Amino acid sequence: MGFYLAQLLTGLANASSLFLIACGLSIIFGVTRIVNFAHGSFYMLGAYLSYTLVTHLSALGALGFWGGVLVSALLVGVIGLLVEVLILRRIYRAPELFQLVATFGILLIIEDAALAIWGAQDLLGPRAPGLSKAVRILGEPIPQYDLALIVIGPVVLGLIWLIFHRTRWGVLVRAATQDREMVGALGVNQALLFSSAFFLGSVMAGLGGALQIPREAVNLNMDLSVIGDAFVVVVIGGMGSVTGAFIAAVLISVLNAFAVLVFPQISLVLPFIVMALVLVVRPYGLLGKPGSEKGAPADPEAPLRPLNPAGRLAMGAVVVILALVPLVSADFTMILLVDVLIAVLFAASLHFIMGTGGMISFGHAAYFGVGAYAAALVVKWLGLSMVPAMIVAPVASGLAALVFGWFCVRLSGVYLGMLTLAAAQIVWGVTFQWQDVTGGDDGIIGVWPAKWASSETAYFYLALVLCAGGVWLLRRAAHAPFGYMLRGIRDSEIRAEAIGVDTRFHQWMAFTFAGTLAGLAGVVSAFAKGSVFPDVLNISSSIDALIMVLLGGIHTLLGPLLGASVFVLIESWVTRLEYWRFIFGLIILGVVLIAPDGLAGALSRLLAFLKARIRPGTDTKKEALHGQRS
Amino acid sequence: MGNVLEVRSLSKSFGGIRAVRDVSFDLKRGEFLALIGPNGAGKTTCFNMLNGYLRPDTGSVKLLGRELVGIPPRKVWRMGVGRTFQITETFRSMTVLENVQMALISHNRRIFDLFSKATALYRDEALKLLELIGMAAQADRPCAELAYGDLKQLELAIALAHDPDLLLMDEPTAGMAPNERIALMQLTADIVARGHVSVIFTEHDMDVVFAHSHRILVLNRGELIAEGTGDEIRANALVQEVYLGGGSLFHEKETAHA
Ligand SMILES: Nc1ncnc2c1ncn2[C@@H]1O[C@H](COP(=O)(O)OP(=O)(O)OP(=O)(O)O)[C@@H](O)[C@H]1O
Ligand SMILES: [Mg+2]
Repeated sequence: MGFYLAQLLTGLANASSLFLIACGLSIIFGVTRIVNFAHGSFYMLGAYLSYTLVTHLSALGALGFWGGVLVSALLVGVIGLLVEVLILRRIYRAPELFQLVATFGILLIIEDAALAIWGAQDLLGPRAPGLSKAVRILGEPIPQYDLALIVIGPVVLGLIWLIFHRTRWGVLVRAATQDREMVGALGVNQALLFSSAFFLGSVMAGLGGALQIPREAVNLNMDLSVIGDAFVVVVIGGMGSVTGAFIAAVLISVLNAFAVLVFPQISLVLPFIVMALVLVVRPYGLLGKPGSEKGAPADPEAPLRPLNPAGRLAMGAVVVILALVPLVSADFTMILLVDVLIAVLFAASLHFIMGTGGMISFGHAAYFGVGAYAAALVVKWLGLSMVPAMIVAPVASGLAALVFGWFCVRLSGVYLGMLTLAAAQIVWGVTFQWQDVTGGDDGIIGVWPAKWASSETAYFYLALVLCAGGVWLLRRAAHAPFGYMLRGIRDSEIRAEAIGVDTRFHQWMAFTFAGTLAGLAGVVSAFAKGSVFPDVLNISSSIDALIMVLLGGIHTLLGPLLGASVFVLIESWVTRLEYWRFIFGLIILGVVLIAPDGLAGALSRLLAFLKARIRPGTDTKKEALHGQRS
Repeated sequence: MGNVLEVRSLSKSFGGIRAVRDVSFDLKRGEFLALIGPNGAGKTTCFNMLNGYLRPDTGSVKLLGRELVGIPPRKVWRMGVGRTFQITETFRSMTVLENVQMALISHNRRIFDLFSKATALYRDEALKLLELIGMAAQADRPCAELAYGDLKQLELAIALAHDPDLLLMDEPTAGMAPNERIALMQLTADIVARGHVSVIFTEHDMDVVFAHSHRILVLNRGELIAEGTGDEIRANALVQEVYLGGGSLFHEKETAHA
């Protein structure tokens, strides 16, 4: 009995810290509609700052501890405010993808800043004075600090409730959460409202992190490790609902506290499974409202145009040049180019569902990873050779996309994005935990190509054929009725239904199609590296693909090809440097803020500009308006 | 000639609002029927029940003898019912021509084709439809650039693409200039006159209604309060009362609402 109570109390203490992070995220999303990955960074900064402050103020005892915690939270709030004013304010009207990637860029920058300031080693914070012992309840030792957290969570919920219901500002925040246009119409100073909400949300994240120091060592992985769970809580609760976040935090943490008793491996995937189930039953979360999932309305895309002769010639030339590369270059160039080819196919498959289909996927790495793992598994356990493995892999990833896609296409907007993320996290968690089959963290090695393809040159040609073939297939599909109708559904579901289209089924098939081709990229990558590790499935890989699409430009079919190539080249160069995350973050922010139509957009503007210079009188603006080259 | 559509005791409530109550009517082949009524009378709700966007609480809708209730809109469309929307719904990232082509592609059941070039399919048929509604010159313009009135017209071309038996037009002329209205309704009347397709349309502009419709149904607060020819409706005391809030039935101004 006492044991179960102890388990319950641990669960509730975890719920409190989870709630603190998640409620800030939910407030920020509710008001600004930004899916803020940097929230994880604010949490981490809260922990680092309070580590420093509390250690320095330790002479003051309890006052030093709690004072340090509060000051850290406020400092994080100020940092959040700076981020909002300097960066996010400029992208409130941008599509979700931009916001997500931008906040991920901020996350990278903050991570390297923390590395520079606090170093790479784990930092063990001091315990809270007066709360450093355990009390015995029904014979079980319960940390006093856990009991304090159990009280703090509901107290914070109560305070926020008071602010939201008893102050004019709170009422405005709630109104903005429900209906953004209305607040604009009321003549409220929106910028101020957004900034203050962002400040409050960041303070909460900082507080969550600061309060965590007696419980876990402060480290540089705190940002990404917490953000997944925080999103889950926000989504389950209903985006924008603080009370919902509290219920969800308790639900997840308590379930988890007991589930690990039965099945210890489940903790990594449990939150995501709960989220998937909740979203299937309640597409807007427990307390969320319909409409809360929509981001800013997007401008309509220009019609698709077939590649003009010059463009087709250029594409052909690229393929021919690639085919000639082995004649003149060294092995390492070919290895790099194989990486580029894989990335291009991966990004193009993501673009098919995101750009053409308008369905946000924050978890596309799942299908890439399933392809890679399927190949590795059949090689390891069934002893299959490369060619059969290359057939099995896309089929496996297609099946995975078929299963997850069935759930995903029922949702839209941010909820869809979160469900795709959940799917990827579930696959990652299973792979990571299922040591006996997947090798867990150690991955699977010895996934070598067949003899005939084992030289760098031969494998390069194989990769070229498969990846270029995959990209060709995707482009073909985008120009075919299948892809056109997919775009139609993106533009107007009502119209598509009114001309006889089963919109969900169509989107489902598109999701599966793209997943299959991502799996093809995955298997090419597995044999190129000779091994597979769980990190092909993690959030960062999914975000890499998003960055490639964004970098290239979401509105053209050419975008992902350009974006992926440039991404891999930059990555291979930058990651050699010590603070590569910082540089990468800056590049991402640069693209988002300066060239939101990506490289393809910049390129076409450049071409139009040159054309106008060479042939004065051509109307460049009209050219730009008149359709995307694809 | 037999009835294309038979509607019996159709009702729908939203929470406490009884948006449509016990509506019954028939529609003959080749008939041009107007469904009128003040804002909020339940016209759009009625349409949404006729072609499957809403499931009625009670009642039945039979198209050429086949029950439509419970069938989703996409299937109702395949059974021969076209629809235009009060608030236009088009594919804004495509050209005018492509919008019509998509309807044709779907009609020919080729939407899962992965290899053909979509823009090359059914081009001539699509162009013919655009010529019919007088938009051939705009065929290659992106839909997003069109004026609202043009979008309304385009919706008609899309709705005609699968050669429907029944066409439901929800305020086809709202947001159009007066001369455009007359042209569009004249065109619709011409299409009806060929005798194959029947049309039900809702409209706030009474001149349009009286000029073209064969028969008029008047809906008020969800109930059918009158039915008859233009003259009968004009003479109907109950209709006068409903519409007489601000002047004569003949000068009823269209309340702009899109
Ligand atoms: N989805 C809905 N939920 C709740 N109420 C609705 C819904 N759709 C319509 N209504 C209500 O039903 C009634 C009928 O609306 P409907 O749109 O059918 O009217 P209408 O005759 O088309 O009006 P208008 O001329 O303004 O287009 C109105 O009171 C409206 O507010
Ligand atoms: Mg209406």
